Amino acid sequence: MSEQRIDGYARALFEIARAEGTLDEVEDELFRFARSYEGSDSLRSALTDEQIPAGKRQAIIEDLLGGKVTPTTVQLISMVVGSGRGRDLPAIIDHLVARASSAKHLEVAEVRSAVPLTADQEARLAAAIANATGKQVNLKVVVDPSVLGGLVATVGDTVIDGSVRTRIDQLKSRL
Amino acid sequence: MNVLGIIRIAGEEFGIDSDGHVTTHHWLLPETSEIIWGGLASLIIFVALYKFGAPAIKKSFADRTARIQKDLDGAAEATTAAAAEAAGIRQAKGDIAGERARLLAEAEMQAAAVLEDGRARLAAEMADLEVRASADIAVANSRVGDELRAEISRLSSAAVDHVVTGSLDEATHQELIESFIAKVGAQR
Repeated sequence: MSEQRIDGYARALFEIARAEGTLDEVEDELFRFARSYEGSDSLRSALTDEQIPAGKRQAIIEDLLGGKVTPTTVQLISMVVGSGRGRDLPAIIDHLVARASSAKHLEVAEVRSAVPLTADQEARLAAAIANATGKQVNLKVVVDPSVLGGLVATVGDTVIDGSVRTRIDQLKSRL
Repeated sequence: MNVLGIIRIAGEEFGIDSDGHVTTHHWLLPETSEIIWGGLASLIIFVALYKFGAPAIKKSFADRTARIQKDLDGAAEATTAAAAEAAGIRQAKGDIAGERARLLAEAEMQAAAVLEDGRARLAAEMADLEVRASADIAVANSRVGDELRAEISRLSSAAVDHVVTGSLDEATHQELIESFIAKVGAQR
């Protein structure tokens, strides 16, 4: 899918969420879903399998997310999957998040952690990243067990890696 | 006079005794007529022998002499040939001795050359083998070292994973997160 088309879908989702007045919530839910989608082979293959009818794929989405996220989030994801763009869902959502952050004059800071962060930790982490980078950030936390421990923060092209996984890899390479 | 007459005359010269035995006039000498006739007969025989037997005897002797001479000549020729052959054999013997000496010398030279060549080739092969063995040992050494390092690395990695993941409890997670926030907050 071309970058232009991905951006078109992201803009459409963004406008719908903003029109619904749930942009922040929808953006956050979409971001989390995108990370889960990337981490699950079975979910990805189910939502991108063209042998499965679009209605059934959308039903999977509704079964999976129904009641757990806002209806707008479910509908937006169903729309993308139903139009056969499931393969590009993470890219579309990343564009949407970037657009939403840009609208708020924020930089997206993706943080990967082995365990969930508390609201207090997220707030202090956002402040710390802003202090370190000089940019106000829209913090997106992804729970990623492969990190093992610690955090990895990515702001634009800047990566601040304090993960146990990286330290172990460094130790292994020295070994 | 025929033979019967002669016999009759001779018989007349004999005497016959009363017992019927024949007797002569002398115990040693024959009768005169017997001497005459015997002498004539002997003369005739000698003449006949001389006339008819002498040439044959002479021829026989001449043939025998020629045969003997021929044998002597043959013997002389054989002696000459044998002498020549003996000289040839002696010369050949001398040649054989020289050839033997030459062959022995040549064989010794060839043996020495082969031995020298073999020694040189053996030394070269040994040097080559030594170089290859050294290279093989070095390669094997390096390979074993690499395998050992890889195995140590693999075991160490597994041990690190096991130890680290085993020691990451909730408190450690929170400590790591707080440490990260403090570290990032301190950057500028």
